[in-house]
Amino acid sequence: MELLVSSAIGVLTAGGIYLMLRLRTFPVILGISLLTYAVNVFLFASGRLTVGAPPILRDGVEVYTDPLPQALVLTAIVISFGMTAVVVMIGLGAYLGSNDDHVDDQPTSDDTSGGAA
Amino acid sequence: MAHWIIIPVVLPALVAPFIVLAARYHIGIQRVFALAGVTALIAVAAGLAWQASDGTVTLYQLGDWAAPFGIVLVADRLSTMMVLLTAVLGLFVLLYAIGSGWDERGRHFHALFQFQLMGIMGAFLTGDLFNLFVFFEVLLIASYGLMIHAGGNARLRAGVQYVLFNLIGSTLFLFALGSIYAETGTLNMADLAERVQLISPENTVGIRVAAVLLLLVFAIKAALVPLHFWLPASYAEAPAPVAALFAIMTKVGAYAIIRVYTMIFPPELAATAGLHDVWLLPAALISLAIGMVGVLAAKSLDRLVAFSVIGSMGMVMVVIALFTPESIAAALYYIVHSTLAAATLFLISDLVRTGRADVALTPQAPMAGAPLTAALFFAAAIAMAGLPPLSGFIGKLLVLDAAFDSDRMALIWAVVLVSSLISILGFARAGSVLFWKANSIDPTEDAVQTRPHALAYVATGGLLALLVAHTVFAGQMHGYTTQMSAQLFAPEPYLSEVLETPGKLSEPKEGH
Repeated sequence: MELLVSSAIGVLTAGGIYLMLRLRTFPVILGISLLTYAVNVFLFASGRLTVGAPPILRDGVEVYTDPLPQALVLTAIVISFGMTAVVVMIGLGAYLGSNDDHVDDQPTSDDTSGGAA
Repeated sequence: MAHWIIIPVVLPALVAPFIVLAARYHIGIQRVFALAGVTALIAVAAGLAWQASDGTVTLYQLGDWAAPFGIVLVADRLSTMMVLLTAVLGLFVLLYAIGSGWDERGRHFHALFQFQLMGIMGAFLTGDLFNLFVFFEVLLIASYGLMIHAGGNARLRAGVQYVLFNLIGSTLFLFALGSIYAETGTLNMADLAERVQLISPENTVGIRVAAVLLLLVFAIKAALVPLHFWLPASYAEAPAPVAALFAIMTKVGAYAIIRVYTMIFPPELAATAGLHDVWLLPAALISLAIGMVGVLAAKSLDRLVAFSVIGSMGMVMVVIALFTPESIAAALYYIVHSTLAAATLFLISDLVRTGRADVALTPQAPMAGAPLTAALFFAAAIAMAGLPPLSGFIGKLLVLDAAFDSDRMALIWAVVLVSSLISILGFARAGSVLFWKANSIDPTEDAVQTRPHALAYVATGGLLALLVAHTVFAGQMHGYTTQMSAQLFAPEPYLSEVLETPGKLSEPKEGH
């Protein structure tokens, strides 16, 4: 269980970082999505891994799981979902405007601030 | 009186949807409500600052849940001063946006502006690390909208970089919060401050990783080298009033570092020893140097101002990294100065853009409104470069004085003084190219020149007047920042106020 969760976080993070370094909008956004999945699982695991335990007080239950990370993860999921939507829209606008989906600035022959043409 | 602390967050949160829903097609009504909202914010912020000025720490428990379980807002001297600074800056930036017509060049400027203020206010007031993350996201998502306000390819491209960089920063923040929660089981700052002290010396691996991750996140916000790459392009491409408002956003990073690394991970904490002097100080010195070299090397005025922001953040971080009561007092004085000076310079770069169509540092025919713009630039450049008589000079003296007792005094003094010289050269070069060489060039026939609106000058001049006031009342201001830093270094009243105030859960009922 611990091995499975931790290796899943590790693989997701590694894949996310690799994709982020590709420097084109689409892979970078995918990479950030992978990274946010990784961080969601990581936050979830930060309350310790327990199986089949309820998070809310009940009669006759001895073992509980920590409810707070679940609330944190929920917030993080909502925020990262919204942010991804925003970055997709801005990235699409930038791509359609300049016909180029590089994330970094491309070197131009005269290197003034560029792109205004 | 008890609910006043939440007003700086709630008020913009109400004004913004009102502007979107009720005044969508009436720029005039939007302006009136935005201005009224910011003016009310200033009044509330001034009241809070007055209340906190005698050293009281005021606590607000959301939903009446007591501290480690519920979210709390805390108003002490530092937070209320930053809130007041944000509100005042917001007013002048808004006046400029209205005067220059920037708010008409795209939709929803005023609503996004209010949301941006809400996020910044919340980040300054919150007493909970996860809540800090949420407010960071609020201010960021508003800033994404403001950053690409009015559109254009160059701006959208810079916007993509800005958003992606900050998304990575947010992810890193979540990783840091996850590790802190896994190590301590709490995210309330006051509770953390007590629990981190209790971690046994052999089990500090997790908390050390968390402390470094958190420092990285705040360093991204504060644009500390080598995490500053997002700043020059996005600040230079953002609409000028937005960039001027962003001047406070780098200070949110500095504020978070001051707050977290005096309260939760203080310098004397063995587990995180070396973080401040081994890592933060060199990075800050390099930021200062790179920022000021960038000022000299910049090819356009907006980039120049963006690099001067990096440089002045470097100066702030140098003096924060010393982590003595004197140095934090100097840092707080410099933070106020640097916010006002950077915002003024961004507005001036827009005055130049209005007067002559671009901001490239090349000799061109005299711009419209040149004498007044030149005078404003002269004063603001003096302030930013740290020449007497304006507050940059006093701030720098305080920085040098705070570094006097440090064992790296020679290095700090050398970097601060040499980089100041470089920045003076940079600003002098920019000013002479923009304003003096212009007189030797004849105006071409087809040049489109528009004089900036009078209100734009009023807003810029108002910020400069604040800088002058910051200089004239330097004694009182420094006295107050000294009190602030004393409060930061004696956090017991803060901790007991947060942790010992009873709430709903404090007295469990029978039978549960």
